Amino acid sequence: MAGVPPRTSMSDWQTLRNDLARQGYVATADLAMALHIAVVLGRPILLEGAAGVGKTEVARALAQARDTQLIRLQCYEGLDAAQAIYEWNYQRQLLAIRASAEDGQTGRSVEQRIFSEEFLLERPLLRAIRQPVAPVLLIDEIDRADEEFEAYLLEVLSDFQITVPELGTIRAVTRPIVVLTANGTRDLSDALRRRCIYAHVDYPDRETELAILHARLPQIEDAFARQIVGFVQALRKEELEKTPGVAEMLDFAAALAGLGVNDLTDDPLRLQATLATLLKTQADRGQVPTEVAQRLAGKAA
Amino acid sequence: MSRVTRFAARDPGPAARLAGFMDHLRSHGFRLGVAETETALRALDAVGAVQPDAVRRALKAVCSGCAEDAARFDDLFDSFWRNGGRVRQKVMPDRAGAPRHTRTSQTAEGQDSGSGGSPHAPEGGEGEAEAGGAGRLVASRVHNLMKTDLRKVVSAQDIHQAEAVARRLGEAIRDRRSRRRRAARKGAMIDLRRTLRASLATGGEPLRLARRTRPDRPVRIVALCDVSGSMAVYARPFLAFLAGLMRADGAADAYLFHTRLVRITEALRDDDPLRALNRITLLADGFGGGSRIGGALDDFARGQARRFVNGRTVVMILSDGYDSTTPEVIGGALARLKKRGCRVIWLNPLKGWTGYTPVAQAMAAALPHLDLFAAAATLADLAALDRELARI
Repeated sequence: MAGVPPRTSMSDWQTLRNDLARQGYVATADLAMALHIAVVLGRPILLEGAAGVGKTEVARALAQARDTQLIRLQCYEGLDAAQAIYEWNYQRQLLAIRASAEDGQTGRSVEQRIFSEEFLLERPLLRAIRQPVAPVLLIDEIDRADEEFEAYLLEVLSDFQITVPELGTIRAVTRPIVVLTANGTRDLSDALRRRCIYAHVDYPDRETELAILHARLPQIEDAFARQIVGFVQALRKEELEKTPGVAEMLDFAAALAGLGVNDLTDDPLRLQATLATLLKTQADRGQVPTEVAQRLAGKAA
Repeated sequence: MSRVTRFAARDPGPAARLAGFMDHLRSHGFRLGVAETETALRALDAVGAVQPDAVRRALKAVCSGCAEDAARFDDLFDSFWRNGGRVRQKVMPDRAGAPRHTRTSQTAEGQDSGSGGSPHAPEGGEGEAEAGGAGRLVASRVHNLMKTDLRKVVSAQDIHQAEAVARRLGEAIRDRRSRRRRAARKGAMIDLRRTLRASLATGGEPLRLARRTRPDRPVRIVALCDVSGSMAVYARPFLAFLAGLMRADGAADAYLFHTRLVRITEALRDDDPLRALNRITLLADGFGGGSRIGGALDDFARGQARRFVNGRTVVMILSDGYDSTTPEVIGGALARLKKRGCRVIWLNPLKGWTGYTPVAQAMAAALPHLDLFAAAATLADLAALDRELARI
């Protein structure tokens, strides 16, 4: 290949990983590599994994690491173009029409005025392609949105342009770094999967989780941190309806620190009380009575 | 690196090798097109293909498209690029067989020379290499002999018939339109109250029309099929039925169980029905073995059911109820399943026998939890069920 573009050095993804770590996000090698490729090739990245493993957090850390804006689009059932892309500000348009009618203006001049940028409400997708510095666009829980929206999104993500009939086509000033997350509410289309770089985010292993805890709550001392992580990891192996994620682990640690606990086996009552941060359903609470919690804590110690 | 690759020094270059790798992945069910090969090359260019680990991660990010792909990728990568993969040590030349279009017959196709990592031309090359050198380094032959080839059990015609049956059953269960109307983005009726309320913001002009519609109440079918030894005789209609069901109904879900539970939904969705069966053959390791109905149902109730079963689901269990686990387990599992609000149907081939009573302990334990307990031994029996299904 003649005239190759300037080749980035091979440890670039390591740099990205370190940058993320500096923002308090401990990424696995696979994830860092996937992010790096997505950034370099300008492709969207699709993150899949159970709830609470830190998918959304990736985007936030990435935005901070690159010192750019994070634009977030939370998907939900029934999300439509008006909420995701743009909408005319009808109220202002009506006011403008009435005001100009009193001034005696009518016809084309009014029309041109009310269909101008001034009256356009930017929604996340449009905003993301009009930033001077490429932002990180987080499209959260894409699997909650309808299939038709997914199809529309594909179009926007491949062309990076949006057509507003009254204004014409708006082209991207910069290409945002697109991060999509999904946790399996429904199957995503093959087309979307194919267009994206893919990374599966799993529950972190013991060492990684320990590193996360250190990064987020440095005041917790090492031995206790090990105990907390060991406890949560053991808890994940129990048969629970809602397996506690990383965020829950951090809440748990913060709660323990706030209560002044520094050994899990010390005070069964407090441990049981702080379990509220980890177990979120009635059945799960029933599944982990004091004895079980103590056994797990004992093992973790 | 101590490991020897199986590429000759005179191969056509990295791009061809990578194309060969993409083909390798494709033959293992990855959905990859030409564009992905290009992306993969660009990704390798971007990361600098020097360290094997970096290359593996880069290709993994580009090539895998779902969690299953990602989980399998490492093994496939090793088996292609490194001789340390699951390489067979014994030469088993059967290159003549296994036509290429049944792409999932890889286990029968593999024929890497395998004698301690002798160099081998990669696929994608010209001449000889193209003619037969494509090694599919996957599972070993010994393993393969333990499996039953489902293609011998079920014919394509069966599946087509079953598809029609499954459609009928699906329709019998499905068509439950609600009488109520619910606010919706698109709908036949205009929601006057909401429209008027919204028009206040625009000075009384109803700019945004709110609509109402009758919500769909789709019913999902989740079928669990017992393929243990005692059910072997009925495997033919039931498997055909599962395959037909998957093809007729995009939302349905299918599982096989013997001593463990396997989700076969993805495999059965393959466009080619026979290839689909072939893929299941690979999954259904242990076909015709012992049965552990209670355990499998329990696994299901605790595992996949949490994701795939809700109040609008019909769980269809195809089994004879001869179980090796204790009956309490099966009762407990079904009770747990029922708690999710689904309806449970048990289709037992033995029930068709005159004078059959559910004396098998497992069956007796299951009975109180069932919405319908019916006989089904052939496709015709299944087809006749539509009326009963419409009632539950």
